Amino acid sequence: MESALDTGDTAWLLVATALVLFMTPGLALFYGGMVRAKNLLGMLMQNFFAMGLMAVLWVLIGYSLAFGGTGALVGNLDFVGFRDVGMGAMEGLTIPVILFAAFQMTFAIITPALITGATADRMRFGAYALFIGIWVLVVYSPVAHWVWGGGWIFDLGALDFAGGAVVHINAGAAALAMAILLGRRKGWPKEGMPPHSLPLTLVGTGILWFGWAGFNAGSALAANGLAAQALLNTFVAASAAMLGWVLAEWAKDGHPTTLGAASGAVAGLVAITPCAGFVGAVPSILIGFLAGIICLFAIQLKYRFGYDDSLDVVGVHLVGGLTGALLLGLFADRSINEAGADGLFTGGGLDLLGKQFVASITVLGFSFVVTLVIGKVLDAIVGLRVSEEDEDRGLDLSQHAETAYSFGEVGSMGRIG
Amino acid sequence: MKLVTAIIKPHKFDDVKDALKEAGVQGLTVEEVKGFGRQGGHTEVYRGAEYTVDLLPKIRIEVVVDDSDAERIAEVIVDAARTGKIGDGKVWVTTVDRVVRIRTGERDLDAI
Repeated sequence: MESALDTGDTAWLLVATALVLFMTPGLALFYGGMVRAKNLLGMLMQNFFAMGLMAVLWVLIGYSLAFGGTGALVGNLDFVGFRDVGMGAMEGLTIPVILFAAFQMTFAIITPALITGATADRMRFGAYALFIGIWVLVVYSPVAHWVWGGGWIFDLGALDFAGGAVVHINAGAAALAMAILLGRRKGWPKEGMPPHSLPLTLVGTGILWFGWAGFNAGSALAANGLAAQALLNTFVAASAAMLGWVLAEWAKDGHPTTLGAASGAVAGLVAITPCAGFVGAVPSILIGFLAGIICLFAIQLKYRFGYDDSLDVVGVHLVGGLTGALLLGLFADRSINEAGADGLFTGGGLDLLGKQFVASITVLGFSFVVTLVIGKVLDAIVGLRVSEEDEDRGLDLSQHAETAYSFGEVGSMGRIG
Repeated sequence: MKLVTAIIKPHKFDDVKDALKEAGVQGLTVEEVKGFGRQGGHTEVYRGAEYTVDLLPKIRIEVVVDDSDAERIAEVIVDAARTGKIGDGKVWVTTVDRVVRIRTGERDLDAI
């Protein structure tokens, strides 16, 4: 039976799609501020380029692999080139199919872009472009299918409201694999590599926070009470996580830092992502607060184990995503969302927690292993890493022949072509 | 002629400049420099990673004066730049063989 379009729902999802798209430039600034000045354009370009390449691939084949059919492991080719992705209502929803596909496209853009924080300052641009192009089809689309496209995790009954597993555990595990494959930045961890512009990072954080309203509240796929609940949950989780991170670092290192405030807010946004439409406001505060503290400690793991996860994608997205996915097993509440489940603290026993664990670990393992294989193959064929000389010069000059900050110094430039 | 060179704390520059003007100095050259002495640097913390910043920003002032003024000008700088805390900087005086004003070709004392 064809359902009818609802203009309110459609209007909200149009806006939410634009909001989520805006998160990728936000992410670019969030990361860009944290790299050294010589690598700023390299970081911005990798994120912006994801908006180019991912969107085109999504229309051509990615959407079909994620949302075609209801096979257990991967979608089919029914929607290649957006065939039959039309303006009529999506089955079971009140928004156009093509709007659902566009909304999902913005998730497929930002997820591979998240990985750039782990590969910062040392990956060849061509290798990066090939990597995310392959990754989105071989890793992202199947995982999206498992969870949202009617695949096995969907059938299992594990919950992921807006992408704790699909986006954050997935990208975080890939980030770990790529950080290990690429090796450390030259000089790390002995040489100081402090952020070159925390104001950029804070602007980026603000854009991410703003855009996350679309990410989580848009995932209600309607303009209704659940969307409002998800929006409120998202905002207070970010707030509580900022408090958790800043208070913990203040006690631990002696100062409340702007980078800590930004990192905490993002950790909270990550952790609430799987939970946003399944829990109440107070559990959201708890989830955020815990995620802020847990992620603060998780970012120290790279020093213990020696992998250069440059901007802490593992510590914030993998660990934050796991934190949210597992805490959902405790706090999920059917009085908030009938379509959800009850967790341990709401009378549902350990059932949901077990499913959350299975889903999270499987996504983590799948993404890590397949990413390693993709990375290894690409390294053998085209080479992942820039030369030592290019790394010293910075990605801006070596990869893009540009400089981020040009102040017209004496004798700085003469035209030759 | 003498070249009086002073390394001072950046926030004392205005005091020193005003004192030198009052002492009759017609011109000087200033540069923002970095260095370390006994003061040592500071530490910064980013996501728990601590960094030391060893080199601190300072101002270097250079002013060329007549031999007979050198001692007095050095004293003017010392008095104006002193806070009494570690890191106030140093002043030294060196001999200058030749000075030429580029616009007019005037030399030595006429050029300063």
